[in-house]
Parts: sequence; C-alpha cells; structure tokens
Amino acid sequence: MNTLRGLAAAAAVAVALVLQVSLFPHLAWDGIVPNLCLLVVVAAGLARGPQLGTVLGFAAGVALDLAPPADHVAGRWALALLVVGYVAGRVRQDARPSVGTVVATVAASSFVGTSIYALTGLVLQDHALGTGDLLQVILVGVLWDLLLTPLVLPPVMAMFRHLQPDRTLA
Amino acid sequence: MRDLRPGFKLRERHWRGPAAEHRRVSPGLVATLVLASLTLMTLDHAGGSDSPLEPARRAVGEIFGPAETATSAAVRPFTAVPDWFRSKDSMQQDLLDLQAENSQLKSQVAKQDYDRNRLEEYDGLTAAAHQIGYSLVPARVVGLGAAQSFSQTVTIDAGTDAGIHPDLTVINNDGLVGRVLRVTRTTATVLLIVDSDSTVGGRVGRSMEVGFLHGRGVIGGDGRLDLELVDQTAVPAKNDTVVTWGSEAGGPYVSGVPVGRVTSVYSSLRESSQRAVVEPFVDFGALDLVGVVVPSGTTSDRAVIEADGSLG
Repeated sequence: MNTLRGLAAAAAVAVALVLQVSLFPHLAWDGIVPNLCLLVVVAAGLARGPQLGTVLGFAAGVALDLAPPADHVAGRWALALLVVGYVAGRVRQDARPSVGTVVATVAASSFVGTSIYALTGLVLQDHALGTGDLLQVILVGVLWDLLLTPLVLPPVMAMFRHLQPDRTLA
Repeated sequence: MRDLRPGFKLRERHWRGPAAEHRRVSPGLVATLVLASLTLMTLDHAGGSDSPLEPARRAVGEIFGPAETATSAAVRPFTAVPDWFRSKDSMQQDLLDLQAENSQLKSQVAKQDYDRNRLEEYDGLTAAAHQIGYSLVPARVVGLGAAQSFSQTVTIDAGTDAGIHPDLTVINNDGLVGRVLRVTRTTATVLLIVDSDSTVGGRVGRSMEVGFLHGRGVIGGDGRLDLELVDQTAVPAKNDTVVTWGSEAGGPYVSGVPVGRVTSVYSSLRESSQRAVVEPFVDFGALDLVGVVVPSGTTSDRAVIEADGSLG
C-alpha cells in the first residue's frame, strides 16, 4: 500500500511535469505557463499535511531541476517546492479546506515558491533577470496557477485523500 | 507543535484530513531536505559544465525525453485547430503581417553586404569551403522551459541517435535559434540565444564590425538581444543585419547565420562602448521545426539535409 501511494504521487508529479513542458507552452503567455508541479504539491500538502507536502515538494522540485529542458542550477526548485509543501501542509487541517482557503493557499504558494526560486537565482547569479521582469513573471504565474486551480486541485486532493490508509477510529 | 484543538475528533469523521501522525513533521526531516537542496545547488553550481549532476540529468532526460516527444506529438493536431476558425479580420491581419514580413525580408537582403564583404576578404574561400561542409539534422521542439524558471531552453526530439552532441548550432528557417547544451539518446536540450546566459559572437553585415550578443532572458514580444561592439568607434545603423561571427573550431556557433536586425543604437558612457538592440529574426514563442548543424557525413537515425539541398 505504501509503495502504491508513493507510485501514485510520483505519477501525478510526472504527468504534471510533462504537461507543463509539452502542452502548456502552446497556451503560454510570454512563455509563462501554469506551474502544475507546484499545484500537485499544494494539493498533497492540503490533503495530507506537511509531512507528505515537504517530501513530495522536494521530489517534484528535483524532477523539475533535472528533467529536460531545465538548465538552471539543480536544487533551486527542490528548495522552493519543499517550502511550498510545508506551508500548504500547515494550513488549518481540522476541517475540510473551504474554496477560499484553497484559492488563498494556491496564490500564496505560487508567489512564495517562484519568489524563493528567483531569489536563489539572484544569489547564485544563475540566469539572473531584472527585478521588474522577475515580478511580472511571478505575478502572471500566480494568475495562471489560480486559473488552473479549479481544474487541478479537486481531483488531485481527492486522489491523495483516497490513497490515505484507512484510519477510522475504532 | 502540538495539536490540541478541541473538537478535533468529532470533525474528523466528516473530513478525511491528514492523519494525526501526518499533521506534524519532524524538524529533522525538513532540515535534511533543506540541506539536501543546498548541497545539490552547491555541487551543481561549483561543478559548472562538469557538474556531478550531469549523469543524473541525462538519466532523468532518458525517461522524460520520450514522454515529452509523445505528448508533443499527441498535442500537435490540436494546436492547429485555431487556424480552422479564421475570420476575415484575422485574414486581413495576416495580410498586414505578411506585408511586414516582406519588408523585413527586404531588410534581410542586407546580408548581401556581408556576403560581398566576405568574398573580398582573403579568408573568404576557406570560410566558404568550411560552410559548404555542413548538413542539417531536422528536429521538432517538443518541450519548452517555463518562464518561471527564468532560463530560456527547449527540448528537441533528436539526440545522440540522430548524430547530435553538445555545442552544435541550432537554426530554423528564419535564423539562429541557439546551441545544444546536453543530449540524451533521443532528445537534446537547446539554449536559446535570448537566454540571459547566452553570448553569441556577432558581426554587423554592412560594416563587418564584430561584437557580442547577449540575451535578455525574455522570450515574448520583448525578446531582444543586446549587441556590444568591440570597436567603440563603430556605430551600427538601424536595420543593419547581424550574423554570427563563428568560432575558430566551428563550434558552438557556425559563421554567417543571420541572427537579427538592429532596432536601436545607444552609446553607454560608463562602459565606453556602443550598444545596439537587436531584434531576432526567429519567433521564439512559436518554435517548431529546427535544424541542427552537423558536419557532413554524420550518421543519423533520420534523413539529413545535405548542404546542396539533397536528402542524405
């Protein structure tokens, strides 16, 4: 069961990554596409808490760092997405997250994730861009992620909940 | 952090939220993963092009490359759909676009100056012979890096099987696209010339002045290059065509490939050199079919376009 859950999570990240690289550039605005990997990590954090969010965030980040056509310093998306997974996992968990909570979490995660990625780039002098351009890319990215939220978050969160081991309290 | 919220167990039956043991995350795990990320960055940053992560990149590429190729092939028929619903307005827009393109082509004829100059140079013959020795491996763009990654790179569906290796020039019908960074068996990663880390040796066709073209890291309508001429007294004129200068060994960029046209010129007092803004001929937002420049006689898994136009 544990392996199955791991495989399902890995498959979700892999599908998100391939769609992000091969399908969405056809719909992109100035090359900015929705960050599907980030959405999957947010869904995992919201549905299953910070533990899975952090681990899946790191794994998805490493995949984004290494899969073609990535050329930036590896580890940058890993750091950004593990923070995203952790933050999404810390969102209030005692009740089903409302639509507003989900949307706000996605917006905050997208902003924080891309910003951390951009900051590490500035520190490492890796594909550095001007602040104006950076901000534009980050904000358009947030809009894209919000646009895709109703399509991606409900099914992926349902999948992660469904895969949870049965824990009915006796 | 303890979870001591009252009423937690009551609500839990309705909301299959995170199990209690998943609500907390051990600080050790987070610290380990953060350190792992930082280690990856350090290793990759310090390693440069001989980074210890290159084998990992290649291994991941062997898996994701074919997946990207397959997805791109599945999507291709649908990307053509918008073309079926063209209205008269968009046709008129097309006409305007074509007129603009026509005038642009006229300006491209400026490359004739470059060719004429080239012949007058005593090294003209060897250069020409050198250029005839190249062939093109056709390939399609199957993956485009997200702008959120701030690096302008694409995946193409040709790799070592097609005779491709790093540092080859990639062009398309319009001009210079970029160079090959790394390859897998079936795919290759190409660094576009608009990337902020890309530097191309350029030559202004009319004056033969040499300089360096730096990308701005933006792919859309502002996808421009900055040309910095070596000779600070030389002033490129507007609409001058810029072609590649070419390296000694023919790599990474072969010489004489059109790059773009000068749109504005300004002098930088601080750096005491002339700078010009160059608009690339290639539309990087709509890249599809490209050609990789390979030495003639390369064995490939597909038909290679030889220098004389024949298929080899």
